[in-house]
Amino acid sequence: MTNSESGAGVNAGPASTVSRRGVPDQDLTRRDRLARTGFLIAAVVPGAMLLFLAAEIIRQAIPAFVYSGWGFFTGQIFSFGQLYATTLSHHNGITAPHGASYGSLPFIVGTLASSLIALAVAVPVSVGAVLALTERVPYRLQSSLSVFLEVLAGIPSVAYGLWGILFFGPFLAAHVYPVLARVLGFIPIFHSPVGFGEGLLTAALVLAVMIIPIIAATTRELIRTVPILAKEGALALGMTPYETVKVVTLPYVRRGILAASLLGWARALGETMAVLMISGNLLDRLPVNIYGSFSTLAASIVDLLDSALTDATGMAVHALAALGCVLLVITIATNLVGRLIIRRATGGVPLPIGRGL
Amino acid sequence: MRGTVRRLRDLGFWTLCLIALGLVILPSVSIVISLVQQAWPVLGLHLFAATTPENGLQNVILGTLVLCAGILIITAPVGIAGGIYLAEFAHLRQGSWIRLGYETLAGIPSIVVGFVGYVVLDIELHWGFSLLAGILALSAIVLPYVVKTTEVALLQVPSTLRDGATALGLSRLTTLRRAVLPPAIPGIVSGLVVAVAIGLGETAPLLYTIGFSDQNPTLQPFQHSMGYLTYVVFYWISLPSKTDHALGGAAGLILIFMLLGLIGIGRLVSRWSARYTASMF
Repeated sequence: MTNSESGAGVNAGPASTVSRRGVPDQDLTRRDRLARTGFLIAAVVPGAMLLFLAAEIIRQAIPAFVYSGWGFFTGQIFSFGQLYATTLSHHNGITAPHGASYGSLPFIVGTLASSLIALAVAVPVSVGAVLALTERVPYRLQSSLSVFLEVLAGIPSVAYGLWGILFFGPFLAAHVYPVLARVLGFIPIFHSPVGFGEGLLTAALVLAVMIIPIIAATTRELIRTVPILAKEGALALGMTPYETVKVVTLPYVRRGILAASLLGWARALGETMAVLMISGNLLDRLPVNIYGSFSTLAASIVDLLDSALTDATGMAVHALAALGCVLLVITIATNLVGRLIIRRATGGVPLPIGRGL
Repeated sequence: MRGTVRRLRDLGFWTLCLIALGLVILPSVSIVISLVQQAWPVLGLHLFAATTPENGLQNVILGTLVLCAGILIITAPVGIAGGIYLAEFAHLRQGSWIRLGYETLAGIPSIVVGFVGYVVLDIELHWGFSLLAGILALSAIVLPYVVKTTEVALLQVPSTLRDGATALGLSRLTTLRRAVLPPAIPGIVSGLVVAVAIGLGETAPLLYTIGFSDQNPTLQPFQHSMGYLTYVVFYWISLPSKTDHALGGAAGLILIFMLLGLIGIGRLVSRWSARYTASMF
């Protein structure tokens, strides 16, 4: 470990500086070194898994990308073709069932639209809720109210989906969407029909509930790092609590919230089961309006894998791999950008991983 | 006059914040209520005594427990060892690469894991619907949490413990075993609890790797499918009979109770750990 100096002088954290810079070899016994190799092998497992998953999905996806060309991103018809026809169609040197077309634009649009609406709802709600929790709720209640965040983070996505089918969707379609259509009906996408509660807006709102814990938990940690003296100073100047939040707290945590939102977005992009259960699974068109049926990249993979397996040319599975590949690229990119932002923005608060841990 | 406007604005802002807090709390309450309503007709002890064809949930409850045990067996040793490396041995740059690996792995959609698991393990390796494939896919999803919590727990152990042990001439491994690991154990355990909580709620990585069976788990690693709770929540709602719909709700309710239990255990462990650490110094 000759390059152990690379870490010198950088914020060493609470642990010993020795461990931050690596351990010089001569300080280790033979057994130590053996154990260190074992620990190292374990430590690279997650990264190796990631590379394996990415390599494998790219390998599976290539035939579908080649077959469709740019049509993969611009086409609106996603069809495996006539799986039982004797004729085959050939494209760019790849063979697929007759009439096969792998245009995934509706899925890409559905994925982006549902996750962005979810984000637009979840960010203000999370920040507002956390502000109320940290600044307004009595201290004793705080930890018991925080349980709700843990519960929201842990509820299985199929339970969210079932809730969407049983209660939330029908409730929205009966009481909220008609009002929305009446008030905002002059905007074409908000115009009725409002449907029965399975569709884009319902899925987006359920996604919002699912990503609130991620954004809220990070925001709570960030707000704890705001220097108390600055807050007290603002109050001492005669500012109202709201003005203190506006002038002191929010500017201090703004970039951290942005990073947390990117993480929440990545989760909303990749969410599968809840969306599958309440999306209405529209496969070959863009949704008619904001209430309409739609589908996402993740949900359609689950939805279509069964029938993809009956494709003797194997292209259907490749096409689903291509959907997964697009999804993987988008989610990894949002994750990386989020982490890059927070590494610069906040020295102390680490960003949660995955489900907001 | 201006003071009044400012006070009103203050009031309005905090009202909105409290409404937002309400919007965070309401869904979890509403989810539990609608699951109880849905499950009401079938709630009872027979759920634990009969398998799904007999309108019980015994096989899927056992299946979920098998999965939890499986991911613990795989992720506990690998994740804890990885976390130990990060906290105790890695130098800065190496550590940030490893961290990037698990952080990114935690962020990728679970269906991608399920898809690759299915194509590679079930099809290309001819495992068929396989318990092992399901456990491996699920482990890929929860492993990052174990690594991270282990690392964080170890980093919170004061460096004086390490320095003291080193000063006594103890080897690195002995230092780890005798001085550093014991105070970190509660943190590591709560990481495992989180891993199980996340694992038992997953569906997408399992659908195609492990299939579904309405018999009790056989524990055969290959060529045998197995039932699990989340599948019932997902699929039973699209079956025709009312009883099946109710069973879906009951499965969801059981999952949420398991989750609450795990959150409770996590809280107990962290409270216990606070007292334990306080008594050490």
